Amino acid sequence: MTDIVSATELLDDSTPYGLRDLCDICAVRAEFVAEMVDAGILEPAGSAPSHWRFSIQAAIRLRKAQRLQRDLDVNLAGIALALDLLDNLDAMRERIQTLERHLAQLADAG
Amino acid sequence: MEFVDYYEVMGVAQDASGDDIKKAYRRLARKYHPDVSAAPDAEQKFKAVGEAYEVLKDPEKRQEYDKLKKYGAFEGDQFTPPRDWRSSAGFTEGGYTEVDPAHFSDLFEAIYGRTGAFHGRPAGPAPEFTLRGEDIHARVPITLGEAYCGTTRTFSVQIRRIDARGTPVPDSKTLKAAIPAGVVNGQKIRLKGQGQPGIGGGENGDLFLEVELEQDHRFAVDGRDLTLVLPIAPWEAILGASIDVPTLGGGVKLTIPANASGGQKLRMKGRGLPGRPPGDQYVILKIVVPPAKSEKDRELIRRMQEQMSFNPRSELAA
Repeated sequence: MTDIVSATELLDDSTPYGLRDLCDICAVRAEFVAEMVDAGILEPAGSAPSHWRFSIQAAIRLRKAQRLQRDLDVNLAGIALALDLLDNLDAMRERIQTLERHLAQLADAG
Repeated sequence: MEFVDYYEVMGVAQDASGDDIKKAYRRLARKYHPDVSAAPDAEQKFKAVGEAYEVLKDPEKRQEYDKLKKYGAFEGDQFTPPRDWRSSAGFTEGGYTEVDPAHFSDLFEAIYGRTGAFHGRPAGPAPEFTLRGEDIHARVPITLGEAYCGTTRTFSVQIRRIDARGTPVPDSKTLKAAIPAGVVNGQKIRLKGQGQPGIGGGENGDLFLEVELEQDHRFAVDGRDLTLVLPIAPWEAILGASIDVPTLGGGVKLTIPANASGGQKLRMKGRGLPGRPPGDQYVILKIVVPPAKSEKDRELIRRMQEQMSFNPRSELAA
């Protein structure tokens, strides 16, 4: 049996999510999201919770925060720090990979 | 079944104190946490450590495990628990890790059963509570060409269907989903309602796909931007040239300015992955030195040497 799924939903930066959508996507309570915003882990556009707009990156971050809290017993400040460092690490790993590729391409037969 | 030595997994001695076990767990959990570690087997290791800790942290379960290890029958890798073995410690959900016991080993299941999630509930009429089904996460490797043009993928996902008696039965379903053009590496796609079925009329979970761009032999990818290293001949670099450059949408003429240098980066606006706005394609020039194949070739280069009086090391002079 094959289900043809036509309703694929691209989650990208150009689609803003409200508090409700974010709770829906990550299956969390609004209070948890508010705690994350308070701790500076999520930075939505808009001032009041009813006007908050999140990007899909926020959903990915929120899920990571959830897992770190659950698995490693890290407090909110610790999660914020870990996420920032992990972001830096990812960016650097990608950068290194790109540079290594360029270097290899420039070097071979050069 | 295969025997799993939980002490070995945790790297602790058989007589380690509860405190040592807790410390070992925290250290290993940090090391192998799939969100933290880049190691390809981090997730399996993390789960194995979670399983080991689930047993060793609980004095009652640990005692049972020790007995089992002592009295069970080993035959090579295969392990059989003593006859009439029954756990009294059981498995309680929650606690420090709240790990999903569905991922635990056969050994764990044989000793403690699987009372997490919906297992272990006595069979009977359908439950009265409703629960949203779990989300399923999967990675979809696609080629750069597919990211540019869009593609369709057929998946088989493992689900737990709840039968008429309320018992979960493993099942699989096949899905065909369209991956639209212009997805980037790490892009998430949600297929609403295609996750685990809900319980008692609860909503189905969602299926989340994460796009994983495969390495391309020509283009390096950064978001929607592409970089191509373009080999050119020394005379093309010196005189300038109009060169047919491969892009994902086919060959495009690119003008190389006269007196271009190796490593110089040129931008082809809007020739990257599609999107709003589309990415750019960068071209890094690589000057390839032609080998002289004959005396005539060498003669030509000698003439060039005399004619051009060029010192590439002028900046190194004191």
